[in-house]
Amino acid sequence: MSRLPAAASAATDAPSAPAPSLSGDRAGTGRYGDRVFRGLAGGSGILVVALVTLVGVFLLWQAVPALARDEASFLTSREWSVSGAHPRFGILELLWTTVTASVIAMAIALPVGVCVALFITQYAPRWLAKPAAGLVDLLAAVPSIIYGLWGVTAFRPAEQPLEDLLADKLGWFPLFSRTGISGGTIFFIGIVLAIMVLPIVTALSREVFAQTPRAHVEGALALGATHWEMIRTTVLPFGRPGVISAAMLALGRALGETIAVTFIVSTLAPGSQWSWSLFNGGETFASRIANNAAEFDSPQKTGAFISAGLVLFVLTFVVNAVARVVIERRKAFSE
Amino acid sequence: MKAQRAGLLAGVAMIGSLALAACGSDDNTGSADGAPAGSSSPSSTCPTGTLNAEGSSAQKNAIEEAIASFQDTCSGATVNYNPTGSGAGIKQFLAGQVDFAGSDSALRTTPKDGAVEAQQAQQYCGSPAWNLPMVTGPIAISYNLKGVDKLVLTPEVIANIFNGKVTTWNDPSIAKVNAGVTLPSEPIKVFFRSDESGTTENFTKYLNAAAPKAWTAQPGKGWTGKGEGKEKSSGVAGAVKDTEGGITYAEWSYAKDNKLGIAQVDNGAGPVALSGESVGKAVAAAKQDGQGNDLRLKLDYATKEAGAYPVLLVTYEVVCSHGKDPAKTALTKAFLEHFASAQTQKSLEDIGYAPLPDEVRTKVAAAIAALT
Repeated sequence: MSRLPAAASAATDAPSAPAPSLSGDRAGTGRYGDRVFRGLAGGSGILVVALVTLVGVFLLWQAVPALARDEASFLTSREWSVSGAHPRFGILELLWTTVTASVIAMAIALPVGVCVALFITQYAPRWLAKPAAGLVDLLAAVPSIIYGLWGVTAFRPAEQPLEDLLADKLGWFPLFSRTGISGGTIFFIGIVLAIMVLPIVTALSREVFAQTPRAHVEGALALGATHWEMIRTTVLPFGRPGVISAAMLALGRALGETIAVTFIVSTLAPGSQWSWSLFNGGETFASRIANNAAEFDSPQKTGAFISAGLVLFVLTFVVNAVARVVIERRKAFSE
Repeated sequence: MKAQRAGLLAGVAMIGSLALAACGSDDNTGSADGAPAGSSSPSSTCPTGTLNAEGSSAQKNAIEEAIASFQDTCSGATVNYNPTGSGAGIKQFLAGQVDFAGSDSALRTTPKDGAVEAQQAQQYCGSPAWNLPMVTGPIAISYNLKGVDKLVLTPEVIANIFNGKVTTWNDPSIAKVNAGVTLPSEPIKVFFRSDESGTTENFTKYLNAAAPKAWTAQPGKGWTGKGEGKEKSSGVAGAVKDTEGGITYAEWSYAKDNKLGIAQVDNGAGPVALSGESVGKAVAAAKQDGQGNDLRLKLDYATKEAGAYPVLLVTYEVVCSHGKDPAKTALTKAFLEHFASAQTQKSLEDIGYAPLPDEVRTKVAAAIAALT
């Protein structure tokens, strides 16, 4: 989705691409190949815009009738009973779980990912940098179902002591209070998501760090900067927009991750007490939809789930839009 | 350059046509491939062609076993079963996408969300749709408790465990029915199905019928008790396996595969262990709820019959009593006949299902013979 604005601008740029001076003698625009390519490029651009619009319209179209019949507040209710004559459903819990797990994932993946990228581009010897970068990229190639399986069977027992420790030492703080959940907590999902998005952060950050102008680096070193000072004054400021866009891409992935989360998550029983604890269970938008897709037996029920999907759609859209704005602003300073 | 361009165009054209072809194959009820057109006599025991069915995932292993043995004897026939869930199966059946549906509950005769499934099916078929009980899936109350190999539970105790009133294993109410067993003081960790499922529906129906005072919530596909939700049977069974003190309800095969303890159920006539025979007794005790060959069963969950294990679900195959396509009907008939045969039913016990008791099986066979 983050590619959308780029594609859209490609579509609008396409007609203006041939310079007017060339159009007079048909050298640039009249040829068969030029017209075909222009049509293909323009068509592809329009296709993408149309697709996203259609998806949005579809979601709205399906969600509105169900939302109209919803007898609870859609944004602030924690209930989820979607069939019958009096449906009551709200997304508060889904929103909390989705956002919290993603924030935990970013809090871990961003610093670690940037450090890995710095190591690969600035510290590692050449013979090590290449294979290390390849290995990190390989993490991105692992299918998410594998992360789910691995998370549940292998990683969970290893991570449990950390949660116990946090709950023991910091249990007085609401975020770390103990709950009865023994399987996939929000905290645990956050960690697994962090591992899943790490390669996105690393790969993109690596690309921009590697492009730091040689003159900046040498200038910093010539002025007597240490290695760390050089990185802080040249590499990091230069790479900031890249890191931000990497973070937003990663956040988009974390928000929408489905299979791994569905596999790991421990759902709360309906009507259970609200808890701020990260060690509580919960469902994300994507996992709840995926988990119940087999039993969509009425338009109303389908609509209720689709309206949850719509919120996720809007959420990722906003994240990407914010990222665009931030990047555009930062560019002006860094160049 | 020219050649490259041509190649590119060809590539685009190919992808386009592939995409179109993918759209075109949606209709998977097309005429039965290779079936002798028109002239065939439907009495032939081994018709050829392709059957498509969809629905309950609870009967997935059973129907796959039956399909394998059916295709061994009838090499010209292909049966596809897509275990997408009861709701999806009925939806596809009503939309004419599949030849029969598998469902964990008979077609609804009461309106829900403004539609009555049984009526919709009759409209689609142009004849009454029949519910044929085919697969009996016992629900095992499975636990993981070190040193406790034999555990007896009464409906009230089960209900209180699953609604969160009984929270430790050495609770007096559990100890009372388990004289001589040393129960640990560990907390009970309840796991439930986080997806909507027929297993949950039948389990809560049981609790509601056998312990109406302790379990007051309306039975339904979504969980209404307490605990921690996991995805699908494999999720809950896996969670109990990994959690000391865990308990859940799951199909028999999942309890067996994960080597979980299976509680004996005491409905009032003494503890009954889960076995093919004890489940068959409970199915045989069920009343018939439908008319004629519509064999919907009304299970008596609160049965006090000695030796009957009452926690179970029955998967129905939903078919049109008068099929739309004679070739398909012949094939459906042949396959279901094979599925309901004593031999096939017996083979299901090894994979965690209980064979239909003979009283019910003969009725099902008669109904299948009456399909036209």
